[in-house]
Amino acid sequence: MATATSPEFKTITINMGPQHPSTHGVLRLVIELDGETVVSLKPVIGYLHTGMEKSMESKNYHKSITVTDRMDYLSPLGNNMAYVGAVEKIMDLTIPERAQVLRVILLELTRISSHLVWLGTHAIDLGAMSVFLYCFREREKLLDVNDLVAGSRLTPSYFRVGGFYIDVPDAFVPHVRKFLDEFPKALGEYQNLLTKNRIWMKRTIGVGILSPEQAIDLALTGPVLRGSGVRYDVRKAMPYSGYDTYDFEVPLGKNGDVYDRYLCRIEEMKQSLSIIRQGLDRLRQGPVRADNPYLFPADRTDVKLNMEELIYHFKIMSEGYSAPPGDAYFSIESPKGELGFYVVSDGGPIPHRTRVRPPSLINLQALEDMCVGRMVADVVACIGSIDIVLGEVDR
Amino acid sequence: MGLEELVPDGILTTTVEKMVNWARRSSLWPVTFGLACCAIEMMATSAARYDLARFGAEVFRASPRQADLMIVAGRVSKKMAPVLKRIYDQMPEPKWVISMGACASCGGIFNNYAIVQGVDTVVPVDVYVPGCPPRPEALIYGIMKLQEKIDRQRLKQPDPVPESEPPAATETSSASD
Repeated sequence: MATATSPEFKTITINMGPQHPSTHGVLRLVIELDGETVVSLKPVIGYLHTGMEKSMESKNYHKSITVTDRMDYLSPLGNNMAYVGAVEKIMDLTIPERAQVLRVILLELTRISSHLVWLGTHAIDLGAMSVFLYCFREREKLLDVNDLVAGSRLTPSYFRVGGFYIDVPDAFVPHVRKFLDEFPKALGEYQNLLTKNRIWMKRTIGVGILSPEQAIDLALTGPVLRGSGVRYDVRKAMPYSGYDTYDFEVPLGKNGDVYDRYLCRIEEMKQSLSIIRQGLDRLRQGPVRADNPYLFPADRTDVKLNMEELIYHFKIMSEGYSAPPGDAYFSIESPKGELGFYVVSDGGPIPHRTRVRPPSLINLQALEDMCVGRMVADVVACIGSIDIVLGEVDR
Repeated sequence: MGLEELVPDGILTTTVEKMVNWARRSSLWPVTFGLACCAIEMMATSAARYDLARFGAEVFRASPRQADLMIVAGRVSKKMAPVLKRIYDQMPEPKWVISMGACASCGGIFNNYAIVQGVDTVVPVDVYVPGCPPRPEALIYGIMKLQEKIDRQRLKQPDPVPESEPPAATETSSASD
């Protein structure tokens, strides 16, 4: 007969999620507890599996861009960039200078807006409700930028293979400049609320420690890796879209705990501001489309006047453009880490295979190492510090 | 110092039904059921700019047992559908469902092996909010439409149970009582 001291009562297994407010979506954790101490922790994923890679195998290159938006829905333009970057690599396109600068500006704005959601939800998980409201206040201004350039707040799908379909409106630069002026003050507010907050420090310092060796062994990327003090940033290691010409720092942590990851992301937002400022300064008039007539539909007035353009319009709208046979892997530094797309082309307008390297999924591996031996309440802090997006984990 | 100074002493006449419906529609408590992209817009709706509290529906409850509105925000995978049904069953009556976004309403752009093609195959839906994702204004409009619907509800004749019972996805207690 089982008694309170017999082995089967030694630990208790509890289920957390998939509907749980602090799992940032539909993550499910099976946690084995000894009292309140975590003995083992297994993430169960797949509750948001969308079959995106498979969907992209039945859509042409152009249509797949909309699918990538819905993958890591906190940084949609980052996903756009990684995907169009891979296709551009296969097609060996040269992107005009203006489009590259605009991409950098938009990517960094997206990084800030993603980090704001992370900060707000991470803080609300640890009991700081007001930070969430402040973060979303600033984030709305960034969503207004998406609204301005693409007409959609959350899923802009603004990047195209070969640059952009249309240039940004005139109101774009003043809007971003205004944001640049206002945001440092807001960032100071968040730090006033959290950085030296005793409750925040007690909940985060020394929690979820990862050594640099552990972090490298787990193939972590992004702020989770840099929080442990490993200097790896795709923007520096494998520059894309002209990142090598910008002057910015890669913030590093020392202890590899939740608090250091928090400081890293805050510092990243400041660096992003600096990159955006540099980008706006070097923004010159010019084309935003690559010099390739097969990528973009013909001009509307030409379509109405000329037969050739009309035929071509039908062709690109119904079939799309083709990429030469080959494959390419292209990765970017998304707000979560290294986001890569591997696209295989068989020469047609539809990719033969698309494979994603999702940073959230790979960073999620570290959760068990962070949590084992600590209290169950720390699990919430650790999940928040990884900054997972389940849309990307499950795809 | 307030409204009570303007209102004279006396009584208000109304029907029990109107009063109950007024109370129900004015304090909808949604369950936090964020699934995907739409959940971020749902969060934005409850945050500073859009301030869902103006419509009395900002108290997002983590437990379905304290909630009477389920906003299905995002795509429902086939693995998630039984969980969705269970959470719906755990909510006490009366309860309403808003299907937020194209994916929850009809599968959206994901017509493939993984996604349930419309959450109304699993739970009865009261209001569909289109969009991919819907803007916060659209969600607020959906909630207002639901409030209008609640206003029209009769106390004696509850909504009939939908004819097409969902597929036996999980062990469930009966949805109706």
